[in-house]
Amino acid sequence: MNNTTNTNYTNFYQVKTKHKGLLAWLLTTDHKRIGIMYLISILSFFLVGLTFAFLMRLEMLTPGPTIVDAQTYNSFFTLHGMIMVFLFIIPGIPAVFGNFFLPLQIGAEDVAFPRLNLFSYHLYLTGAFLALYSLIFQTHIDTGWTFYVPYSLRTGTDVTLPLMAAFILGFSSILTGLNFVTTCHRMRVKGMKMFEMPLFTWALYSTAWIQVVATPIIGITIVLVLLERSFGFGIFDPTIGGDPVLYQHLFWIYSHPAVYIMAIPAFGVISDIIATFSRKSVFGYKVMAYSTIAIAFIGYVVWAHHMFTSGMSDTARTVFSFLTFFVAIPTGVKVFNWVATLWRGTIVLSSPMLMALSAIFLFSIGGLTGLHLGSISTDIHLHDTYFVIAHFHYVIIGGILSMFIAAMHFWFPKMFGKMHNEKVAKIGVVLYFIGANVLYFPMFIMGYMGMPRRYFDYLPEFQIYHVISTVGSWILIASILLMFTNLLIAIFKGKPVGSNPWGAKTLEWTMPSPPPLLNFIETPVPSHDPYDYHGHDERNFEDVKYIENKENDIINQENS
Amino acid sequence: MSTTSVDAHGHSNNHAGHGYGDNNQLYVHFHRDDYGSKFGMWLFLFTEVLLFGGLFVLYYGYRIAYPHDYHNAAMELNIVMGAVNTLVLLTSSLTMVLSIVALRRKSIKTSLFYLIVTFGFGATFCVNKYFEWSAKIHHGIFPGSMELRETRPAGEVVFFGLYYLMTGLHTFHVIVGMVVMVFCFIFIRTGTINSDKYIVLENAGLYWHLVDLIWIFLFPLFYLLH
Repeated sequence: MNNTTNTNYTNFYQVKTKHKGLLAWLLTTDHKRIGIMYLISILSFFLVGLTFAFLMRLEMLTPGPTIVDAQTYNSFFTLHGMIMVFLFIIPGIPAVFGNFFLPLQIGAEDVAFPRLNLFSYHLYLTGAFLALYSLIFQTHIDTGWTFYVPYSLRTGTDVTLPLMAAFILGFSSILTGLNFVTTCHRMRVKGMKMFEMPLFTWALYSTAWIQVVATPIIGITIVLVLLERSFGFGIFDPTIGGDPVLYQHLFWIYSHPAVYIMAIPAFGVISDIIATFSRKSVFGYKVMAYSTIAIAFIGYVVWAHHMFTSGMSDTARTVFSFLTFFVAIPTGVKVFNWVATLWRGTIVLSSPMLMALSAIFLFSIGGLTGLHLGSISTDIHLHDTYFVIAHFHYVIIGGILSMFIAAMHFWFPKMFGKMHNEKVAKIGVVLYFIGANVLYFPMFIMGYMGMPRRYFDYLPEFQIYHVISTVGSWILIASILLMFTNLLIAIFKGKPVGSNPWGAKTLEWTMPSPPPLLNFIETPVPSHDPYDYHGHDERNFEDVKYIENKENDIINQENS
Repeated sequence: MSTTSVDAHGHSNNHAGHGYGDNNQLYVHFHRDDYGSKFGMWLFLFTEVLLFGGLFVLYYGYRIAYPHDYHNAAMELNIVMGAVNTLVLLTSSLTMVLSIVALRRKSIKTSLFYLIVTFGFGATFCVNKYFEWSAKIHHGIFPGSMELRETRPAGEVVFFGLYYLMTGLHTFHVIVGMVVMVFCFIFIRTGTINSDKYIVLENAGLYWHLVDLIWIFLFPLFYLLH
């Protein structure tokens, strides 16, 4: 293993291009620079969304108006939902880490269509600015991020621009998906078969298919709402013959698979991190790849479980309920295989590993409570309560945001060539775990007791849960800011690292960090198992020692 | 992409070359993979099918809800106009293919000629559509009109809403296809698209066939099913 710091090359930050300054970034077709640009933009929008979340929780501290009035609260949850869903969590892992690491993991020089990739980024930026502009400078939209008709047709607030933004963002998502599918098929390095790709790549591949297959439906639905609002086509408006339930169908045909666009890449990150820090091949690699595809496929046909109370035939409800339970099988396969990978592994408790372990726990709570919502009888009771919010956020915050942060820590040395402070990162992870539980667990209880979602006011008996929850939000936000600051400091002051500080086996760790412009100095030779840790016990111990030494170095450096 | 040809048929080339630009500075990634380009194009066409798919689902859903209104409304559409447009689009698909074949056989003039003919067919389609729509609008049948809202039953409102939407979106695709043809025309003239590198024209052709295909479904659903 080559862990020496190689300074004998030009990395992709230092490369001189046709354009100078900012344009060298904005007009680049290099997938790594595009990944970094996505990282910066996505994190900025995330912080905006986080601010709204903080304000919402603060408002719910006491019954009645606390810091804002009811209408402002309505626009807060709409802003929070729109920004977090469309600008952060859907593009999230694929756009940042997919762009950066997909070509690296399959030994390619770039994605299949580099210029299309840049175009996707520009579409994303355009959509994001349109959305932010209208959300902040126009009358504040109050429809919720779901834009349900007929309210979105009637409301006096400005729905048009945010909808156009969502349309453009969808286009960006489709093009990224199309690019990744083609890349996985056509750009793999010679000698790497489909079933020899790392599981993160498999996850990106499946996600890309969902992006291609599901996103056009939301595109056409948005166009319909826009036309309906301006011309009165009569497609969704019940006063002139339309049917609002059809809107819900079309909306969820996209937006349920969108949940898997968010979740599957996170699963891929967990697989890679667990394999790396257990020094073992992922248990049941092929089954993991198949289950990824299965989740993508079944996830496409469960949308109507969002609509059990909207008016559907009992047959339809039973079928969709059954299919919903069915998704739990491949998901369960994944959870069991992660745990089985840990078994008799040489476990290194680094910060990404800790985050992955916490993600398995939190995601399992989110997943299992999903079953309560998937079965019709309990859903009638729990529909549109805080139980749904708790379920959703356990999945998103516990399973996906946490894996986004874990991926930031895991690939940070590769992206920036520096090592962050592991000790601070670990404190951050523990705080994050506590914060997420304190914030969301009370929501299960009050949801079960009947606290409806999206309400501005509540009965005094719910206050204790709201107070605990709000305190949890402070812990969670503090932990996120702590980890981000830690990474930001490390970009400037971190200790330089070699090509493979974690001792991982996938191809992205074979090149110096940060990578040179066209990635591989020599064409890599892939091994037949992407996680080939067999028969390297001694070296494994060296790895562990290496990391511990590194940590001690950093600590010593700080003390001195 | 101003690269020299790497190799003509992209079926097995999975390699990429390093490119040297101005100042001989290594800065860009050149990669030619015609099979990959076509693969990407097919995926894009797939998304187009799904885009219209959402509308076809709506069409079918409301057809079940309002069978009689659909019947009455469909009687008012002009079958002759629709049939002429079908013929025009089908023929244009043929001339598009002839253009590609001509280019592959290195007869650039024939290729350009057929491309212009295809463009002409596209334009004919749009003109035809224009007259069809203006006749309807003249009779007061358009989304949000008083005639539709006050004198027609709900099903007819929905039918004409979908009619304008689906044929409108389709015509938009025809126009996009024609713009793409203009670019292809320029690129063939400048030699960027040539008998060795014709993938752009081929992809444009694929797109044009999809536009044709969607119309083949729209025509019977709106004009013929009484």
